[in-house]
Amino acid sequence: MIQFIVRRVLQLIPVLIGVSILVFSLMHITPGNPAHIIAGENAPVETVKQIEERLGLNDPITVQYFRFVKKAVKLDFGTSWRTSLPVEKELWPKFWVTLELSIYSTIFSLFLGLIAGIISAVRQYSWSDVGIMLVALFGLSMPNFWLGLMLMQWFAINLGWFPPTGWGSPEQVIMPVITLGTGGAAIIARMTRSSMLDVISQDYIRTARAKGVKEGSVILRHALKNALIPVVTVVGLQFGGLLAGSVLTESVFAINGMGKLIIDRIMARDFPVVQASILVIAVIFVLVNLIVDISYRFLNKRVDLDS
Amino acid sequence: MSTQSNTKVTKHKKPAHPFIRSLKGYYKSFKRNKSAVVGAWLIIFLFIVILIGPKILPIDLKEINLARKLEAPSKDHWFGTDAHGRDIFKRVVHGLGITMSIGILSTLLGGIVGVIIGIYSGYYGGKIDAVIMRVMDVLLAFPGILLALALVSVFGASKQNLIYAIAISAVPSFARIVRGSTLAIKNLEYIDAMRALGASDFRIIFKHVLPSVSSPIIVQGSVFIAAAVLSASGLSFLGLGVKPPSPELGAMLSDGRDYIWDAGHITLFPGLVIMLIVLSFNLIGDGLRDALDPKSKSR
Repeated sequence: MIQFIVRRVLQLIPVLIGVSILVFSLMHITPGNPAHIIAGENAPVETVKQIEERLGLNDPITVQYFRFVKKAVKLDFGTSWRTSLPVEKELWPKFWVTLELSIYSTIFSLFLGLIAGIISAVRQYSWSDVGIMLVALFGLSMPNFWLGLMLMQWFAINLGWFPPTGWGSPEQVIMPVITLGTGGAAIIARMTRSSMLDVISQDYIRTARAKGVKEGSVILRHALKNALIPVVTVVGLQFGGLLAGSVLTESVFAINGMGKLIIDRIMARDFPVVQASILVIAVIFVLVNLIVDISYRFLNKRVDLDS
Repeated sequence: MSTQSNTKVTKHKKPAHPFIRSLKGYYKSFKRNKSAVVGAWLIIFLFIVILIGPKILPIDLKEINLARKLEAPSKDHWFGTDAHGRDIFKRVVHGLGITMSIGILSTLLGGIVGVIIGIYSGYYGGKIDAVIMRVMDVLLAFPGILLALALVSVFGASKQNLIYAIAISAVPSFARIVRGSTLAIKNLEYIDAMRALGASDFRIIFKHVLPSVSSPIIVQGSVFIAAAVLSASGLSFLGLGVKPPSPELGAMLSDGRDYIWDAGHITLFPGLVIMLIVLSFNLIGDGLRDALDPKSKSR
């Protein structure tokens, strides 16, 4: 097990290096001189030169890259081109908002998806199964930003139940979480159903039933425990998707999170902030995948640890 | 006479190409799968609308008719009108083609590149394989629409760049799947036999490897088109894709959100159409997975 974890962690290194190179090059393959963008269209040549000097834009590209990495490891992403604040000061408050949104949405989609998936599997081919799977298919096919707009229209504008925008109070949390979590709930429901069906048909479940274990206990204690293993993987992948998907949700509900920050700063061509945000999301995604991988092996004793 | 022709047929009829044979098998199990059939009909319907619709219902992108702006759905305007008084139904008919073509073109482009990379990597292996797969890992480290978003932010927002960006994000998933299948098949005995008989790599790849990795490619293709349509409309919604006044469906939603307080119908219909496209490809994908995957049980 330890050997597996070590090897899996070592495998991360080339990926993280690649991610950092890709994110670093975003700024450099962008058409236009960064110093020009900072100084503005009609800035005098002197100012542009000063800025180039200050940011070290005249250094060889490799020197610039290593400087970027050295700082990024210490969570220093330079200063914003637009607000002149340190990027991390701009980033962290918004990061927490997005993290909160993603965690709530994960909980929502797990809760809804698991219940729906279990009901579907236990009552295979019944009307409730067909209904749940149809709803899941629609949930999977819906653009989440559109779902957000529809929720806003019905529940905020027509019914006035929730405030249409913002983040913080419990009323403000509900619609964004549904918006972001529905797709995941649909995927988890489908996954749980098929995984449960696999497990239920196995011998040890028949044994448990033959022993006279109550049906509820068979489902919850015997079947679900093993059926959850593949679901763990999906939830892990989902979480990264949620971080990225929050870009759309935050834009719909005008939530001041990292997603909205990315879009606003792409429009303003504020690359240090964009770079840092994208890097943070990618690194978290890679780490979550690592944790999922390890816990998957841990949960599923049948997987050969050394293969 | 009849017996003669019969023996002739059995003697001379070449067995169908393995690819054709497998296609026939797929078609049989495909037909038995309800969701695949429904999805296929929906897509045929969408294609008919795309081909005929814009000809019957031409639109003028610069048309402005403020006297009829923000009208609710009616007999004259089935889906109502938008803030410029343009007929939403007509715009949706045009937008359907734009959004769907971005989804299909980007998947095709990314899929072809991914398949080539995957086969090359899997078939030849070695250092190049290791390097290519690490690069794919790096691309996969950007979840969801993040990679396409980052690329569009660099290249600039346009329909063409949107297609390229989504295509690039399609490459790693195709490459991985195809590489895995190629690895599984390349060491089979009959491939060794082919090689011993002097078949070129090219011939082995085209006649044997490609047909046998075709099913996962087809499944991944239909699933990715669904995702690509969501990414395309999502990025356009954010202003990073196709820009208004183009009737791209995501761009129409972005147009409509400003009027959500007084005219909700502007955002309702384009979204429904996006969902219809994605739903059709998801149905096909589900059906194909069941039909093509030998491991999946027929439930």
